[in-house]
Amino acid sequence: MTEAISEFVHDGDSVAIEGFTAFICFAAGHEIMRQRRRDLTLIRMTPDALYDQMIAGGVASKLVFSYLGNPGVGPLHCIRRAVEQGIPRPLEIEEYSHGGLVARYQAAANGLPFFPIRSYVGTDLPKVNPDIRFIKDPYGGGSIAVVPPLRPKVAIIHAQRADHDGNTHLWGLIGVQKEVAFAADKVIVVAEELVESSVIRSDPNRTLVPGLVVDAVVIEPFGAHPSYVQGFYDRDNAFYLEWDRVSRDPSTTTAWIEEWVFGVKNRSQYLVKLGTAALDALRPSPLPAAPVDYGEYR
Amino acid sequence: MTPATPTEHMIVSAARSLAGVQTVFVGVGMPNVACNLARMTVAPDVELIYESGVYGARPARLPLSIGDPTLISNSIAVVGMADLFGLYLQGGHVDVAFLGGAQVDRFGNLNTTVIGDYKQPKVRLPGSGGAAEIATSANRVFIMMRLSKRTFVERLDFVTSSGHLTGGNARARAGLRGVGPQLVVTDLGLFDFSNPDHEMQLTSLHVGARLDEVRAAVGWQLKEASSVHQTPPPTEDELRLLREELDPTGLYSR
Repeated sequence: MTEAISEFVHDGDSVAIEGFTAFICFAAGHEIMRQRRRDLTLIRMTPDALYDQMIAGGVASKLVFSYLGNPGVGPLHCIRRAVEQGIPRPLEIEEYSHGGLVARYQAAANGLPFFPIRSYVGTDLPKVNPDIRFIKDPYGGGSIAVVPPLRPKVAIIHAQRADHDGNTHLWGLIGVQKEVAFAADKVIVVAEELVESSVIRSDPNRTLVPGLVVDAVVIEPFGAHPSYVQGFYDRDNAFYLEWDRVSRDPSTTTAWIEEWVFGVKNRSQYLVKLGTAALDALRPSPLPAAPVDYGEYR
Repeated sequence: MTPATPTEHMIVSAARSLAGVQTVFVGVGMPNVACNLARMTVAPDVELIYESGVYGARPARLPLSIGDPTLISNSIAVVGMADLFGLYLQGGHVDVAFLGGAQVDRFGNLNTTVIGDYKQPKVRLPGSGGAAEIATSANRVFIMMRLSKRTFVERLDFVTSSGHLTGGNARARAGLRGVGPQLVVTDLGLFDFSNPDHEMQLTSLHVGARLDEVRAAVGWQLKEASSVHQTPPPTEDELRLLREELDPTGLYSR
């Protein structure tokens, strides 16, 4: 992880760590904080506690998003402080709806100049974001909203398993991970498990992102904690509730970051600090899918 | 059994509104409880769609967020958000969507973005999420919000998602596809928009709610249906399902 972040994430870059409620790669975000990156443009549909921490840690000068909340809990206090009071530094925001941000990734991933979307008619969002525009349907259907491509410099996605080449199996909330991987210049895949290529090839429909677009593979078990990985661990909801309390005050926020980000060298140390009991409590009981048979054709 | 609380009235009314509905787009909290109650009562075949990408969820526990893993296990399909917003929603497969917000106006337009000025907000709210698209493309929208002067306002601070816009046929003229808001479920009573202006009008009062109290809680001169009924109170069976099975800790219902 140290190497991947140091090689691919530089000051001033635009970085998208995606994953909707699940697969949020806290391990990568914390490493970016430890390497003291600055002036990043952070992109995420739902900034979540991770971007709240990163913005409190001072790595970002801009945020692109479509829903600003601690899911199921409440507001993101650090991001609000940055926007409203410039603490620890001013934060520019660029706001979409979910559909709009998905469409931006789709435009970039498909190599298109813009993407049409049925949205925004009669709303105030285009008034505060000049990149949301309306064009006339050339086939006579009236006007339609369009958004421009969004091509992050670096995308980081987390998954259950990948092989050495970055061929990635992901199941559960696949969100926009495929689109962001194809949209970005550089892609880091972080996986719970490293598997042989034969495992990938045994279930090719499960490959969400091919190694073709992946630049680095990092194996980091529990790398998405306190978010979750389907079938591996549950969301640590107690953490999200605790973050709501901790993040209300800048000094307790800083103390938390000192302890849990700068106070550990890497994810392994973070996991040791959490303790195996806490991690084991998050493991679900098994519920395997019925096997599929692709057949052998010679 | 103790009588229904205003919130329980709200959840039960929302559940009943789903009779005959095939697919419902649902958020966490009260709408989620209401949709699951509907599945156990008036709408056994209704399928739940979550904007996280889940179709046909069968949650084994009360989901804590729309991305809760319990929504995924045993669902019919889990799709990417491009497919969810594209094929399922824009494709016209969402019969009813529940929406709420910090502010609603008389035409069912909603604000979930800011209170105060956008650049210098008094309160920064979460923003649209999928609401702008849902309000555009769901076949029908049901609004679920507690009634108060702070939330039912004459003028929104920010329009996040479109209802009937300026009323009348403004919505159809603007090219919005679904028919827009059809029902408003509150803790005091129910409202619809079934008049030529498509303006919110009171249709029924929950047991214990008073007309003057509702009028006072709405930030404009409230329209009332020609006859305002009393909402049939929650049955013993509905209350038992709600209290014992769906929300035993009362997180959302009390």
